[in-house]
Amino acid sequence: MTELSLNVLDIAQNSVKAKASLIEISVDISTAENRLTINIKDNGCGMDEDTVNKVTDPFYTTRTTRKVGLGVPFFKMSAEMTGGHFNISSEKGKGTEVNAEYVLDSIDRMPLGDMPSTVETLVLYNTDIDFIYKYSVDGEGFELDTVQMKDMLGGIPLDNPDVAEYIRGFLRENTDEINKDKTF
Amino acid sequence: MKTLAELQAIKEKMQSQVDLRNESHAGTRVVVGMATCGIAAGARPVLTAFSNLVQEHKLQDVSVTQTGCIGLCQYEPIVEVTTPDGEKVTYIKMTAEKAKKVVEQHLMRGTVVAEYTIGNSDVS
Repeated sequence: MTELSLNVLDIAQNSVKAKASLIEISVDISTAENRLTINIKDNGCGMDEDTVNKVTDPFYTTRTTRKVGLGVPFFKMSAEMTGGHFNISSEKGKGTEVNAEYVLDSIDRMPLGDMPSTVETLVLYNTDIDFIYKYSVDGEGFELDTVQMKDMLGGIPLDNPDVAEYIRGFLRENTDEINKDKTF
Repeated sequence: MKTLAELQAIKEKMQSQVDLRNESHAGTRVVVGMATCGIAAGARPVLTAFSNLVQEHKLQDVSVTQTGCIGLCQYEPIVEVTTPDGEKVTYIKMTAEKAKKVVEQHLMRGTVVAEYTIGNSDVS
């Protein structure tokens, strides 16, 4: 992976596969604390303790096409190589939560990259799943909540071209405004 | 800051229009592999390019969807195009630029872009 937003897309795909109906993603940056935190939480099928312990092992996977599974190990590595932390917790039948904490100014921290693209891809290609995305930098941020959006739209689907365009713009403009010419 | 207020305007605009969306499932399907291997190889911009181009050219009977690992990770990003006649073409090592050519030649004119297909590479 070349940017953290791709890890987020990859990890959230696990939540999609776990049949979650709600996926919450947050990215929080604090320059004062020199920290970038990514949290992905779902209400999908969850995993038992034994499985949770195995998912950070690259040679564990649920897929049948090959014997390696690199999604979670890549994400874990991306955080730990900056001197940060990684945690995954899950409860069978309840859901899974993945948390990665990065040292913001570490030379080994990959750029956050195009988060709007990741969220847009998730939201528009999984219209039956609800997403809550929060992005904040030094206490200022915005939120995208598809529950609220669907409520307002009535029966109009999120992947309707006009709505999709709006979501794209919403993510991009608001991210730019929060970033204030900085890139993370 | 962009707010939800604009969404209300879109809703009102949509409601005043007759629904032209044709939910036919007999159309062409474009499937992009979006597992770890695909994403790492650059599938996200490929998926975005396909959906933008399909929208741009107003291709009503084309659906763009995603799937997991197809099992040929070394050829990712992989895109499978299935036409209504049941024929499936597998494009490998895709990029946003290649997607443009596939949309214009294959989806719009029915000519397979042979040079990007898996059949054209030296895979057995």
